[in-house]
Amino acid sequence: MSHPKPAHDMFTIVRSYKSPPAKVFAAWSTAQGKAAWFAGGAGWTEKVREFDFRVGGQDRLVGKWKDEFTSDYRATYHDITPERRIVTAYDMRLDGKLISVSLATVTFEPEATGTKLTMVEQGVFVDGYEDNGSREQGTNSLLDRLRAHLEGSAMESLRP
Amino acid sequence: MLSPSATLDLTFDALGDPTRRKIVERLSRGPATVSELATPLEITLAGVMQHLKVLETCGLTRSEKVGRVRTCMLEAKMLRAAEDWFRSRRETWERNFDRLADYLGENDAPNDNPHETKGGD
Repeated sequence: MSHPKPAHDMFTIVRSYKSPPAKVFAAWSTAQGKAAWFAGGAGWTEKVREFDFRVGGQDRLVGKWKDEFTSDYRATYHDITPERRIVTAYDMRLDGKLISVSLATVTFEPEATGTKLTMVEQGVFVDGYEDNGSREQGTNSLLDRLRAHLEGSAMESLRP
Repeated sequence: MLSPSATLDLTFDALGDPTRRKIVERLSRGPATVSELATPLEITLAGVMQHLKVLETCGLTRSEKVGRVRTCMLEAKMLRAAEDWFRSRRETWERNFDRLADYLGENDAPNDNPHETKGGD
């Protein structure tokens, strides 16, 4: 049995929305709001969705990628400051195998034009995988983006 | 701790040797024991260990010993796998944040792609 060293990563995503913080926050704090946008991508089919927005509460999202493998997202809320901040820790499993554990911090800041949303994810990637899924998923994402770019999707081409 | 350019120099030096390139090629297909590496190369275990030491110094490979068996693997592969994984995590979040804008009614662009799927499609 080999046990490679865990690898760490961190990334930040910043978005500006035209809606006020209360409205953006509600898209995270209500089951209906969250389900409207929080999902997998093309080729992903939802299997299980659980939502429990409170400190200590857990979210779960299980989905099937192109009938090839099952992804399982499980998050625990650690901090909720209404209209300001949400901190979750979540793990990702592929076909039941733990792939990564992440700390995700989302902040909502009022701007003159709406809301600045910042997400910082700090993650640890454990043990790796036998090339089963995430590479596929990453490649698909790139192909999806290329297709979107070629088709002139407004959202893709406006992205900085 | 070596600087990135010093590590790069070591890496090129390490891969300048044909036997070490064969070891890296073999490990790119998966972990192997020292004797599994030695057999096709027709060199001694001690010879393999020396090559592995060079490869480990520049961070290309690593090994661990369990009982009497030392298993070697590519270090970079794990890092690449992690990079790929977190890139795909990031892309998933970015697509979600695009959908969040849709949900908030902020993407009333006239050229919306009618084939674009939303939610859990």
